[in-house]
Amino acid sequence: MQSEKEITTKYLTLNMGPQHPATHGVLRLVLDLDGETVVKCTPHIGYLHRGMEKWSESRTYPTAMPLMNRLDYVAAVANEIGYCVAVERLLGVEVPERAKYIRTMTAEMVRICSHIIWLAAHAIDIGAMTVFLYSMRDRETLLDLFEMLCGARLLHIYPRIGGVRCDVSQEFLDGVYKFTDKFPKLIEEYETLIDQNRIWFQRTKGIGVIGAEEAINLGLTGPTLRGSGVAYDIRKVSPYDAYDKVEFDVPVGKNCDVYDRYRCRMDEFRQSNRIIRQCVEKLPDGLVLNPDAPGLDMLPGPIKKAAPVPAPEADAVPVMSPAGPAFTEIYSATEVPKGELGYYIVSDGTGKPYRMRIRTPSFMHISALPRFCEGNLVADVIALIGTIDIVLGECDR
Amino acid sequence: MGRLEIGMGPKEAAEALAKAFPSEIKETAEFQGQVSVTVSKDRIRDMMRFLHDDPALEFHFLSDICGVDYLDKKEPRFEVVYNLFSLPNKTSLRIKAQVAAEDLKIDSVVSVWAGANWRERECFDMFGIRFSGHPDLRRLLMPEDWDGYPLCKDYPLQSDLGDKEWQGYKDVIDTAESNKKYGVR
Repeated sequence: MQSEKEITTKYLTLNMGPQHPATHGVLRLVLDLDGETVVKCTPHIGYLHRGMEKWSESRTYPTAMPLMNRLDYVAAVANEIGYCVAVERLLGVEVPERAKYIRTMTAEMVRICSHIIWLAAHAIDIGAMTVFLYSMRDRETLLDLFEMLCGARLLHIYPRIGGVRCDVSQEFLDGVYKFTDKFPKLIEEYETLIDQNRIWFQRTKGIGVIGAEEAINLGLTGPTLRGSGVAYDIRKVSPYDAYDKVEFDVPVGKNCDVYDRYRCRMDEFRQSNRIIRQCVEKLPDGLVLNPDAPGLDMLPGPIKKAAPVPAPEADAVPVMSPAGPAFTEIYSATEVPKGELGYYIVSDGTGKPYRMRIRTPSFMHISALPRFCEGNLVADVIALIGTIDIVLGECDR
Repeated sequence: MGRLEIGMGPKEAAEALAKAFPSEIKETAEFQGQVSVTVSKDRIRDMMRFLHDDPALEFHFLSDICGVDYLDKKEPRFEVVYNLFSLPNKTSLRIKAQVAAEDLKIDSVVSVWAGANWRERECFDMFGIRFSGHPDLRRLLMPEDWDGYPLCKDYPLQSDLGDKEWQGYKDVIDTAESNKKYGVR
């Protein structure tokens, strides 16, 4: 009889994706398995690489907008706002108060949309079908509201550099307010479906534990990081738009596992709902678009300084000098539903960016996926892909 | 957040870095409240280790790494840009390391931040900058057999084939033609 020492075993290589329903797009994972345990996980990305960074270098700032909402296509407005904030900081464009509130409101609406998609997909991956149907029903309400706002349901192109495209109607505001009235009850409905379910607990508790220090080191952001107990939220740390004028809390987890990240996102539903309510209540009157902001007619040549600027210290902060390629640069981060969306823009003083770098949360989260998966069971890989909340359009750019 | 009061802002952080590595700093600039420090690449890993570990600075979070190509605009041609963020101080700082086209190499900082791994790979993929000491420097977004580095300024945005047909397409057509005699459609 063979003794145990003589039996040679080797790892089984399993190719998961790029056409796997649980990979949320076209992500391919090569898993080396020892029995049911993942020994090595190698993600392959790039199937959706559209060269957006290169592409936007050939377009003027306003015309690059339709590229930006194709990053995270389930939360399009959030990406557009991130881009607008970056360009506004770079060019020194002021945004009217009313537009700031409208942007904050739409960003939070789209955060709810994105978290609903996440919840639906995460639950269905683990085996809870009903949540999917319930949450998709409520996303429809929000998509209808977006349609009322700007005519588009998914790819809105609603914000503009220096404001938003058009004003909101009273009908829209009423619809949003009505939604915030009933949404807290709906969240409870989702929770009763899965939060007392023993299978859900066993699939999520104690899985994918990453401590706070390591999570920061890996570059995780958003609810994925906050589930590890780090209260890092750009809306609080460096507020943009109207986030410094509304009240909200930053939910954080304790146990750093899949379940705590789920709790974080469920609490973010409530906080987003709270922000939307405050935005509707406090919405000031006034313009929604800065008339001096660059529009679609922006020229690709050197930007001329606007002559009549009412601010007294306009000369002290020159927007840009038209002579020569004096490079200016900005790194601007915003909190999109999945984490930190950063734009690093280098400008040479013309209407086109010299270099546009897009730092996306999904990219960072997938790069941390081997750390999540290795040592866990192959069945948990599904739960772990769900917990980091990825969209491949954003990852590959 | 008591440390904000003693004023460890981006300028102070840049000064602390300049004090620790006086010979490495080339230039410090400020724009819209953001401070960027241009450094030479030779001791980049030591500098990053210092910024990460120093108890007063604590740049634990690496927001981003990316490359920039200043073809014919600046000398040296490339820059590797590190955007750092300090969670306790709520301060951001940008470090720009100059890399010459003749010597496309820089030390990897994966040993400082594990999250630098893929971003350095992407930088290699897009600019051809090699990161010494990187555990797995392969192409990331582009196919493995891709020629050239797409984000370089001398890389064409459109195909230079003009009216000519792409060789890969011709090969597919030829294969399909030759397969016809076996009844393959």
